[in-house]
Amino acid sequence: MAKNLKPKTTILDAKQMARIIRRMAGEIIETDRDLTRLLLVGIRTRGVPLAEKIAAEIERMEGQKVPVGILDITLYRDDLSTVAAQPQVKGTHLPRSLDDCIVVLCDDVLYTGRTVRAALDELIDFGRPKAVKLAVLIDRGHRELPIQADFVGKEVPTAQNEVIEVSFQDTDGTEQVRILERGTRA
Amino acid sequence: MAPKTPQRWNRKDLLGIAELSAPEIELILDTADSFAEIGERPIKKVPTLRGKTVINLFFEASTRTRSSFEIAEKRLSADNINFSTSGSALEKGETLVDTAMNLQAMAPDLVVIRHGHPGVPHMLAGRIKAGVINAGDGAHEHPTQALLDAYTIRRHKKKIAGLKVVILGDIEHSRVVRSNIHLLRKLGAKVTVGGPRTMMPVAMETMGVEVAYSLDEAIRGADVIMMLRVQLERQGKMAFPSVREYFQLFGLTTERLKAAKDDVIIMHPGPMNRGVEISSELADGPYSVILEQVTHGVSVRMAVLYLLSGVHEEAV
Amino acid sequence: MSKLLIHGGRVIDPSQGLDGVFDVSIEDGAVAKIDGAIKKPKGAEEFDASGLVVSPGLIDIHVHLREPGQEYKETVRTGTMAAAAGGFTAVACMANTDPVNDNRSVTELILSEATKWGFARVHPIGAISKGLKGEELAEIGEMLRAGAVAVSDDGKPVMNAELMRRALLYAQHFDVAVIQHAEDLTLTGAGVMHEGEWSTKLGLPGIPGAAEDVMVARDIILAEDTGGRYHVAHLSTARSLDMCRRAKAQGLRVTCEVAPHHLILTDEEVAKSGFSTNTKMKPPLRSARDREALVNGLADGTVDCIASDHAPHHADEKDVQFNLAPFGILGLETTLSLCLDRLVRPGILSLPRLVELLSTGPARVLGLPGGTLKVGSPADVTVFHPTEKVTIRAASFRSRSRNTPFDGWTLHGRPVATFLGGRRVEV
Repeated sequence: MAKNLKPKTTILDAKQMARIIRRMAGEIIETDRDLTRLLLVGIRTRGVPLAEKIAAEIERMEGQKVPVGILDITLYRDDLSTVAAQPQVKGTHLPRSLDDCIVVLCDDVLYTGRTVRAALDELIDFGRPKAVKLAVLIDRGHRELPIQADFVGKEVPTAQNEVIEVSFQDTDGTEQVRILERGTRA
Repeated sequence: MAPKTPQRWNRKDLLGIAELSAPEIELILDTADSFAEIGERPIKKVPTLRGKTVINLFFEASTRTRSSFEIAEKRLSADNINFSTSGSALEKGETLVDTAMNLQAMAPDLVVIRHGHPGVPHMLAGRIKAGVINAGDGAHEHPTQALLDAYTIRRHKKKIAGLKVVILGDIEHSRVVRSNIHLLRKLGAKVTVGGPRTMMPVAMETMGVEVAYSLDEAIRGADVIMMLRVQLERQGKMAFPSVREYFQLFGLTTERLKAAKDDVIIMHPGPMNRGVEISSELADGPYSVILEQVTHGVSVRMAVLYLLSGVHEEAV
Repeated sequence: MSKLLIHGGRVIDPSQGLDGVFDVSIEDGAVAKIDGAIKKPKGAEEFDASGLVVSPGLIDIHVHLREPGQEYKETVRTGTMAAAAGGFTAVACMANTDPVNDNRSVTELILSEATKWGFARVHPIGAISKGLKGEELAEIGEMLRAGAVAVSDDGKPVMNAELMRRALLYAQHFDVAVIQHAEDLTLTGAGVMHEGEWSTKLGLPGIPGAAEDVMVARDIILAEDTGGRYHVAHLSTARSLDMCRRAKAQGLRVTCEVAPHHLILTDEEVAKSGFSTNTKMKPPLRSARDREALVNGLADGTVDCIASDHAPHHADEKDVQFNLAPFGILGLETTLSLCLDRLVRPGILSLPRLVELLSTGPARVLGLPGGTLKVGSPADVTVFHPTEKVTIRAASFRSRSRNTPFDGWTLHGRPVATFLGGRRVEV
């Protein structure tokens, strides 16, 4: 955690997260009848556990194994010229050709929309999906681009000085969603 | 698991391996992993260096290294420009200092330079704002070659520490030997250099390597064998009386390879002299990873271009 | 009658075994008297040397003044100004000018320029071979009559053994030294720095120590056979030093000089300086072992003198990659301070021994007047501070060029004044 961030509230605990993810999986199943063409693509880093959990729920509910891909959008970011040193690239892995797929992009938090914009650019370089949808666990508002999510876990209005912290077992050792506040320097 | 501070790349230039730390080297290799996959996509391009200008300044002919850099640059969507001059034109014409000033006036973002004289990339780096990548300065350093060699080894052997790596051939004039030695040692490998006495620089042991003057002795128990291209005729002097003599004494053949480990891999920076330093059979055989090196060259160079493009004057 | 009294200084004159606080009285350009507390003669000028060292004028017997032909690097005027600024009252200059000093006219030109400007005495060294081509003997007699003091093809070696033999024989008619730039060019090849650990690490072509040693070995044999006077210029290796030591023990007329940079820097400097072309000269900076041997050779008397091999090159010429830069660095304005700081201060040499190496020694090697303050001798005097701190600033050099690796070095000891025939030299 960065030095001047302090926890403000815990919005979701592990049980609540699981329930929401189950609901999102159900919505996806409901919308896209043909699950054989479905591909869940998690945006690194925490979009990946989200995609995996949704895939697990879909398998549990429908008996259908849905492939999960990993998208690293670092190389497509629009702010590389301004950061202090190049961010680490971890690599993209997509399990099949995207042509004719229904891709559901998964990310933990939807904020300005720039990450999703980069993800869309990258996906298009891989092929021509039939449709691309967006599933996010938390939508915190403050969009800077005309981007919207198709499947939203929870809408959480936030202030600019707040940060949404999503934790998954695999990546962070715990399952919860908290709001953190950027402290003002004394 | 406590997260360790991720290694960041903070250098404006990549001039050599000698000054790099092991974590910096590993950062480049790890980054190259991510770039490897791009070569397998239908659209082999990412927009990362879009709008950036890279100048390839090749004072020595080098199809291999230059085209590798060119592909890497294009895959990153950079605009690249190639300047090549033969060495003699430079010596008679524009001095390096003037070349540097002209380059600076064109305001490139990165410059890739290959020159026959050691120290030239360093001179350039001190005079222009753009990041400078050394694509080979005489017999001094050739960092991207050493990096792609290490990347190739890592792909096959998982880790470099503890390996016995043998470099064979014209050690004295090799572009890559010094960079390879620095890198392999920093990552914990044991390096042996082998070659004829007439091609071995003095005091080679001071680089922390074993020195062998016989092929069989050199490759005993080797995990990796790196062959160097042999040019028998250099400046009108023959280090060896004939190609035949060289091959007899120092040519690597299937029979002689038995002294190495069973899972040895054979590498070569190219271009090869078939039948001089290496038999055709081995060059094309199952132990050879020579063609892979070329593929990995692009990924590694993409990684280097990516990391250097992030270092800006203000941020440094 | 012009009179000058230099009083209160520590007078060190190795030629007389003098070392103490004395006054030096000078009359009409010659040393009149050296004594404790001389009463100032009427009408005499005074120079207060308290706290300073007063020595016979320092002599640098290996200097390139570049005139005629390369005046953009240095001229007799700027070179002798640099000499005076460095504490030297005399220099011997090499013949590799353009045209080469292989004849009377060039010798006379150099001498007339030196006299005209009056900053320091110049003793031209004439070429051994016509045009420095290493084929035929130059008109050695003519040049010596015109004022040359020795012969050398320096810049280049005399590669041909027969020519060297002939030169050693011929020069004996005039009893002058034959100075050799000892380097077997076939061993040097394309080398640009010492062949050793650092040339290997840097990937630069090397000049093996053998290139020098092979030549010195050959020439010492020729000196033995001919009985000639042989002097090794800028000796740089332990092995050559050893050979000179043995030759001297045998009674051969072999002498040698060492340059300050070989006593202070090693081949590692090329790496440390990041390929700075101010670490490129011939002979190159050698190994630590060679450096150490040379320093020991100063103390044990094998080395006859220190000579800077002052080799000016224009900044543009040196501002290129290492492989292409011309060989050579400056020396006149750094030698004294370097020697005081790096040889006397750490106790390697005594002050009298250093003065000997810089004045009496060089005078003896070339048979020059000078290197002494004996009563009656020309009053060429150097006054210096043995310990005062000074920072070398190449930008302020009197030399026309700036090619020194010592720019920015802070040293202890510096020249204060030089006197030529009793006249204070103003630079």
